[in-house]
Amino acid sequence: MEFITELLSYMAENKENLLQYTFDHILMVIYGIGMAIAVGVPLGILAARYEKIAPFILSTVNVIQIIPSLAMLAILMIYFGLGFTTAVIGLFFYSLLPIVRNTYVGVKEVSPNLLEAGKGLGMTGLQVLRKVQLPLSIPFFMAGLRVASVIAVGVACIAPYIGADGLGREIVSGISLRSEIKIYAGAIPAALLAIFADTILGFMERRTKKRIV
Amino acid sequence: METILDYIEYLQERYVSILEYSYEHLLISFLAIMFGILLTVPAAILLTRVKNDLFNSTVFNIVNVFQTIPTIALLAIMIPFFGIGLQPAVIALFLYSLLPLLRNTYAGIKSVDPGIIESAKGMGFGQAKQLFTIEIPLALPYIMSGIKTTTVYIISWTTLAAVIGAGGLGDLILGGIGLNDKFMIFTGTFIAIILALSMDLIFGKVEKKLTR
Repeated sequence: MEFITELLSYMAENKENLLQYTFDHILMVIYGIGMAIAVGVPLGILAARYEKIAPFILSTVNVIQIIPSLAMLAILMIYFGLGFTTAVIGLFFYSLLPIVRNTYVGVKEVSPNLLEAGKGLGMTGLQVLRKVQLPLSIPFFMAGLRVASVIAVGVACIAPYIGADGLGREIVSGISLRSEIKIYAGAIPAALLAIFADTILGFMERRTKKRIV
Repeated sequence: METILDYIEYLQERYVSILEYSYEHLLISFLAIMFGILLTVPAAILLTRVKNDLFNSTVFNIVNVFQTIPTIALLAIMIPFFGIGLQPAVIALFLYSLLPLLRNTYAGIKSVDPGIIESAKGMGFGQAKQLFTIEIPLALPYIMSGIKTTTVYIISWTTLAAVIGAGGLGDLILGGIGLNDKFMIFTGTFIAIILALSMDLIFGKVEKKLTR
């Protein structure tokens, strides 16, 4: 009980810092995911349309995912230096797999009958993609976005090791100072942020699914 | 060319400690996954016997929360309870392994054709015999593929265990970041990836053997 009051008063005292860290954390995640969407969705569509290059694209993003997050950030640090940008690039690579894979599966899953119907209406290949395949693949894409966001919030916590800010700062300094209060002041908001992203995007995923069915 | 020679020299000098890091790494991952399997396989089988859907979804939601919490946050939260070192790392990674293992085993048992179970009952199989001779063997491909993916990811996440003093290849990477030493970073990374991929390969082979 005493510990909770202590933690709360610490958090109240350092409100500004913690809010700044939370803000940095969210910004890092949004930039990383934004880049991953900009690159991942076209890659997913390419993989779905051209079966020959699909295994290449999918296995490449798969291998990226196996690289330990700390190692990925460390290697990027060698080439891009310390700081925010490097962390964003790391998050980008990490969010790529769920987004590419789910876009690919979503576009692939569209029933061949609907494709035939689209063609029958005189649509060109691009029109079928834009008006039939992409709208129907949105629930899959949303599921990928949800997984990607949870991963990105998690990996962003390691960013302090390569000199970026975010809630990880509080956790990392808590670990090195053996300060339970600092650990919790960083870990609880970080965990809540991840759970929050998971819940909100899960809710949106179900809504897009409902709209289609 | 010179970098390669330098690197070979580095490996020759340091291979004992590199092997030690790899051993620690495998040990942490192995312990976490073993405890994960020991808990989740029986738990998932029990869950398939529970008729109450609300209870099942609550259990899955709870394990899902563990999966959602950022790795380093979960590792750090362990420190006040278990101190630093091997034990808190294994516990945190064990919590991470629960969801994929539980989900796959559950899905595997659930996927067994009810007709087969009916005919087993008709032949007079008891609960235990039905479970061990029919359900588990038929669910094995699912269970194995759950173990395979979990192992690959846990090996990758074990790198972070170094942050709370558990050792493993993360130590090499963290040291490399601190000293700005490319060789240390790359060695740690490559060994971690190779370990993960070879586990993937080995389990894939075992999976094929078992399902044939």
